[in-house]
Amino acid sequence: MSREHLETNIIRILRILGIIFFIIIVAFPFYWMIVSSFKSLEELLMRPANLWLDIRKINFNAYYEVLFEHGFSRYIANSTYVSIITVALSVTLATVGGYAVTRLRFRGQAFMSYSILIIYMFPAIVLVIPLYVVFSHMALRDSIHVLILVYLAQTLPVALYMLRSYFQTLPVEIEYAGLIDGCSRMGVIWRIIIPLSAPALASVALYTFMIAWNEFLFAFMFLDTPEKFTLSRGVVQLAGSVHLSKQLVMAASVMVTVPILVLFLFFERYLVRGLTSGAMKG
Amino acid sequence: MVNRQSLLHQEARLAFWMLAPTFIVVMAFVVFPVIWNLWLSLKPVSLGALRGTSLFEFNLSLVNFHKVFGDPDFVPILLTTLFYTVGGSILSIILGLTAALLVHGEFPGRGLCRGLFIAPYIAPVVAVTFTWSFILDPQLGVLNWLAVNTGLLTQPIPFLSQRWMELDITGMRVRLPLALTSVILFEGWRYFPFAFLFILARLQSIPDELYHAASVDGASPFQRFYNITLPQLATVLSTLFLFRFIWTINKFDDIFLLTRGHAGTKVITIKIYDYAFGEFNIGAGSAVAMVLFAILLLFLFIYFRWIVKEMR
Repeated sequence: MSREHLETNIIRILRILGIIFFIIIVAFPFYWMIVSSFKSLEELLMRPANLWLDIRKINFNAYYEVLFEHGFSRYIANSTYVSIITVALSVTLATVGGYAVTRLRFRGQAFMSYSILIIYMFPAIVLVIPLYVVFSHMALRDSIHVLILVYLAQTLPVALYMLRSYFQTLPVEIEYAGLIDGCSRMGVIWRIIIPLSAPALASVALYTFMIAWNEFLFAFMFLDTPEKFTLSRGVVQLAGSVHLSKQLVMAASVMVTVPILVLFLFFERYLVRGLTSGAMKG
Repeated sequence: MVNRQSLLHQEARLAFWMLAPTFIVVMAFVVFPVIWNLWLSLKPVSLGALRGTSLFEFNLSLVNFHKVFGDPDFVPILLTTLFYTVGGSILSIILGLTAALLVHGEFPGRGLCRGLFIAPYIAPVVAVTFTWSFILDPQLGVLNWLAVNTGLLTQPIPFLSQRWMELDITGMRVRLPLALTSVILFEGWRYFPFAFLFILARLQSIPDELYHAASVDGASPFQRFYNITLPQLATVLSTLFLFRFIWTINKFDDIFLLTRGHAGTKVITIKIYDYAFGEFNIGAGSAVAMVLFAILLLFLFIYFRWIVKEMR
């Protein structure tokens, strides 16, 4: 057998083994999260090494308890509200701002378009202390709306940068027709830019949604009142209060994970583009 | 001429209004906090003083920095941070590279694999940390139980709560920083998709002709990888290292949720939290935050001075 053949065969075997390895290490935690959430506490304690879920013993108690006794129905509503408002504001402001940076001439244009990326450098833990101090001082800290503003500040620069890169690929000429017909700049954005940028807007919206939905640190530090908790905040609270009942924590984890994975499943193309074009802080 | 001037003026005014909201939000929630952080780091502020007026008094001193640098934990924390950051960055890049090479090329289920491999990155951090803590738990965790039941281990390993583990590798006794290693492995698991996406995109843009030409010249698959693929990936790999280094050193959530910084996993971001919200010493917390900032700047300086120059 020639070296070419030998190596090609070795590579084929290694590739199969490698793919199996990756599938297991990636999928197993998610599998285990779901399987455990459907087991009873007794099952988890008595047979901790049982990898399978007995269909006849599927148990929805954990979901019931988490939703109605630990307040998660409220947290789901809060998380949805926070994420959707953040997305709406972020996409709107980034579209308008991105357009201005791409098409309008003004002093400081170059500075604006590059400095927005410096936010990549700023660790959230460095921002959390001063913001905590200021908002505690003003008695505004324990508020979902302040949290939304913080998320907006975290996502806007990246969203603006992503849209700017996209707008630059659109030919200017198509806007002239609109401007000559008497459209204002806002009219041009609304009638010409937005319809042409649907894929880019989808990427930005998904990216922003994911950041807001997944965020932990600020929600953890800012929110004190359980009625205001987001899902991430709620899961941490739950994990701290139940010791052995891991099925509850797993059910809560499933609830916070499934929406984002489902979104991803449907819009993979846009999300991947969002992740690679703007990169992602994380 | 006048007309053009006023048009430009109008345009600039419009741009100002279009960018004002973004500018204000970023100023208020990113730039201002960083400046305010510097101010706090120079003041003896405790969490109790938050509602008083002493916050705005002009009584600056270096007392917080004295405390921070005088802390016997300071150097160990820097070393842990370095180990964690470099280890986590490199591991996530190596895993990402491996996954990208595996998925590159045609096979059934390729799209599915690609989608699946990104899941750790987009799942919420609380969910994946709690799931891994549960899997690795010495009393309830499936991994330890499986290993003990199958005879692989004689007793469960507390992956996230034990500082050192004695290993006997062919007669050599090695002390492994167990919890820190577990946390780095988690870091590799969670962030490899980031490297994976970028490397896969780069792999797909390497022209086939290069490989064909090399094949004709008699280069074997491994030689082709070493002589074509790797050099083509050099730029993306070093850029990835830059990004991963910055984001890993800035990372707080993962370690906080996995170990709370116990068992030898106290990195600099955890120390910031401990000072500010554990000891209620806001000033000292801000001072450590400034140290983190300085390290980031130093890293960027070295990176661009050295590595970028080296690559040209």
